[in-house]
Amino acid sequence: MDLAILWFVIIALLWTGYLVLEGFDFGVGMLMSVLPRGSKEERETERRVLVNTIGPVWDGNEVWLITAGGATFAAFPEWYATLFSGFYVPLLLILLALIVRGVAFEYRGKISDPGWARRCDWAIQAGSWLPAILWGVAFGNLVRGVALDADHQYVGGFWALLNPFALAGGLTTLVLFLLHGAVFVALKTDGDIRHRARRVAGGLSVAALVVAGGWAVWAQVAYSVTWTWGAVAVAAACLVGVVVTNARGREGWAFTLSAGALVAAVVLIFGSMFPDVMPGLDGGSSLSIAEAASTPYTLTVMTWVAVFLTPVVLAYQSWTYWVFRRRLSTAHIPAPAGLTWKKVKDAAFGHSVPAVKPSDLV
Amino acid sequence: MDALDLARWQFAITTVYHFIFVPLTIGLAPIVAGMQTAWVVTKKEKWLRLTKFFGKLLLINFALGVVTGIVQEFQFGMAWSEYSRFVGDVFGAPLAMEALAAFFVESVFLGLWIFGWDRVSKKVHLTAIWLFAVAVNLSAYFILAANSWMQHPVGAVYNPETGRAEMESIGAVLTNSTLLAAFPHTITSAFLVAGTFVCGIATWWMVRLVRTRKPELVDLARATYRPAVVLGAVVTMVAGVGVIVSGDIQGKIMYQQQPGKMSAAEALCEGQEGAAFSILTIGPLDATCDELVHVLEVPGVASYLGTGHFSGPESYLPGVNDVQREYTERFGDTTASGEPVRYTPPLAISYWAFRLMIGLGVFSAALGTWALWATRRGRTSDNLWLSRLGLLAIPMPFAAASFGWIFTEVGRQPWVVVPNPTGIDDIRLLTERGVSTVVSPGVLLASMVIFTLVYGVLAVVWYRLMHRYAVEGVPEVHDESPEARAEQGSDDDADRPLSFAY
Ligand code: HDD
Ligand code: HEM
Ligand code: HEM
Repeated sequence: MDLAILWFVIIALLWTGYLVLEGFDFGVGMLMSVLPRGSKEERETERRVLVNTIGPVWDGNEVWLITAGGATFAAFPEWYATLFSGFYVPLLLILLALIVRGVAFEYRGKISDPGWARRCDWAIQAGSWLPAILWGVAFGNLVRGVALDADHQYVGGFWALLNPFALAGGLTTLVLFLLHGAVFVALKTDGDIRHRARRVAGGLSVAALVVAGGWAVWAQVAYSVTWTWGAVAVAAACLVGVVVTNARGREGWAFTLSAGALVAAVVLIFGSMFPDVMPGLDGGSSLSIAEAASTPYTLTVMTWVAVFLTPVVLAYQSWTYWVFRRRLSTAHIPAPAGLTWKKVKDAAFGHSVPAVKPSDLV
Repeated sequence: MDALDLARWQFAITTVYHFIFVPLTIGLAPIVAGMQTAWVVTKKEKWLRLTKFFGKLLLINFALGVVTGIVQEFQFGMAWSEYSRFVGDVFGAPLAMEALAAFFVESVFLGLWIFGWDRVSKKVHLTAIWLFAVAVNLSAYFILAANSWMQHPVGAVYNPETGRAEMESIGAVLTNSTLLAAFPHTITSAFLVAGTFVCGIATWWMVRLVRTRKPELVDLARATYRPAVVLGAVVTMVAGVGVIVSGDIQGKIMYQQQPGKMSAAEALCEGQEGAAFSILTIGPLDATCDELVHVLEVPGVASYLGTGHFSGPESYLPGVNDVQREYTERFGDTTASGEPVRYTPPLAISYWAFRLMIGLGVFSAALGTWALWATRRGRTSDNLWLSRLGLLAIPMPFAAASFGWIFTEVGRQPWVVVPNPTGIDDIRLLTERGVSTVVSPGVLLASMVIFTLVYGVLAVVWYRLMHRYAVEGVPEVHDESPEARAEQGSDDDADRPLSFAY
């Protein structure tokens, strides 16, 4: 196979890894206010259950995105340049979302204060909703085609990215991630929250079937080639499968099938872009795989690197999922270990106010 | 300001910011791993307490390193798309390798380390922090490979048809002489940052506890903080020597590769033999050569730094005017758009950044020396001035490292890809040609302001948390490992709470 085409496939695989893995942690983030029930304290503990289902793994999931970005730079510099400068504003919003979200995960427990937790939860949710929609918008535009000039520069401007088809794409990733997150919570937790997650997943699975199914057919009819009907069919079958398995309480299957739907979505998206990396709008000037690619030498080097390292990454990453396989329930959540807000504030104004008196140190 | 200036400011702000967290992570991760190793080997509780204490500070720091790093990865394409088109065939490879070989290891094994105290055996858990520590250092190698290539392109040819640099040898890119000099310098400076950090905090605690005169607190100071003082001081001193040696090597290499940068750093206008090292030169901020007044200098030293010779023909150093003449001859005196090119980096920034980088290292050296002296043969100290020096020294190497980068990057102006003086001359790019053409100044201005604001807020949160957790001191600990549980006969009970939770 042509190396450039191989790299097109590898980039698609990296995106698959990203969407499948970070897809559920976006979903969990978005469900932070939806799933928890009960008294104020009970809801706080349940929110901590949610955060901790993804605590050990979210950063590793995000590295799939960094790798997809770096690999695009290495294998398709023209694509990286055109796409990232052309989609400047949406990418900026995604970056900001990922920044506040990541910091909120890591710092949430560092201070034990209801107000702090609330702010972090807000950041986690905003930081999950925004990219969940925007990734769909971005991919929707890649499927539909964008306005490029003869030098492969994106000339459509920001507002043109918000066309109905792309927005529907945003809605599609949104429901898919919500569903993926809900089935993940059902799989990873125990107790009331598990049952609630299943109930929410039930509703979401039907919504996902309608929304994602509708968008896939639209994409297929308007912008794609015949063979990707296969992907549409697989996606639909997976989503039907989620409806059924979730209703029957087969949580492992429901999660696998919702991941399957995301895989099929990537196949549909990349299949419809092929043989371009950025199809032109309405048959206008486009950027093809061949035009965007690096030299065969660079691609060969990168192929060796990817062939050796990707299986290793997959092996140890899967292994940590195995290490943290235990279901979490509110009973597993220890008392908050962070410092109080007052202590943090005191400390900001000099060392003269030690929070712990030396006498209570021993 | 036009798009170019804004893109430069945005890059400078976000990168300098990223590099506040980076050196501490790079240096502190192996130190914490070392502490944990000491605990596993000696089973002494003090090492576990220190591991948890500095481990927590490491995590608070790491979080910001991660989120600001993603911006870096995207920014080349977003704001510097023409640069990316030109260099992508070469420059992208180390970036992608860094993600695959280093970032995955970092993030996955750090997650295991944070949450895994009671999940995996002691050995596996210790391996996790070591893998993390090695990976952060490995990531530095790859990113510096990318950076060194733009300082000194090797292993590539210019392809006039595609108008870009194309890679010929990944081996040459990964063994670039610039890289082999920059990596030790950057890593040792990171250890200087982390060593000073550990030594400064532990010193402050030691002095504070000893001054209470309460026997149990003095014991805590002696038993737990003193070893950290010594460890931090030793790391600082060793790293300090490494920084000087590697910096000296870099200076000599840079005189060959980017004479304009080094002569700007020395405020040397006309080439000369036995050039003096300027201690103080004054002039306006955007000085040209005629406006400089050399106030204080040490004869011959600049030549020695650049060439290894104090005097004689071999000690000849070119000045910025020579560089200007030579480059004008080789690369023309106007840009494509007809603007005149000044082949001289901003003199004042290069000059002062270079001096501040070196000068601020003095604080670490002072702290390391005094702390080692004060703790010799089992002693502790109650000297308030020592503890004050400890606190004062902590930020200094952070600043020095930033100035190092500011010097490196500003000093290569007006180039973003500096021509390699020994060949492959067609691989070169003026900074002004690298900026994205489709991103409007308004959008860049907005994003720069937003990044600055968000980063500003995060800096406050980061500082407060670091500060607060440092002031909190070493925590109470117990051995949570599966081995310890097995010893106590409590078997793995599914309802046991998490040992650590967000
Ligand atoms: C000398 C070291 C060094 C330098 C010059 C840079 N970085 Fe960095 N970077 C690191 C050393 C590092 C690190 C030590 O590996 C970090 C810092 C803290 C951390 O979390 O990992 C990191 C984090 C980090 C991350 C997040 C990784 C993760 O999620 O685990 C990304 C994407 C980048 N960096 C990318 C960049 C880019 C594109 C740079 C060039 C402008 C850059 N870094 C400069
Ligand atoms: C090793 C990875 C790095 C790479 C690949 C890199 C690359 C770049 C690029 C592409 C630019 C924009 C072009 C320009 O304005 O010249 C730039 C500018 C700059 N970078 Fe770096 N950089 C790296 C590390 C750093 C670090 C760690 C710092 C500081 C802590 C830094 C400080 C700056 C500054 C201050 C500028 C602006 C210089 C100017 O425009 O006058 N860089 N760098
Ligand atoms: C005698 C002391 C030192 C000398 C002779 C020295 C020399 C140099 C030189 C010549 C450069 C420029 C390299 C280039 O342009 O690529 C540089 C860069 C740098 N310096 Fe120093 N330096 C010294 C001390 C320090 C200290 C104390 C720190 C920080 C704690 C530091 C951190 C850095 C960093 C981070 C860079 C940029 C990365 C790089 O290019 O390696 N240096 N140094």
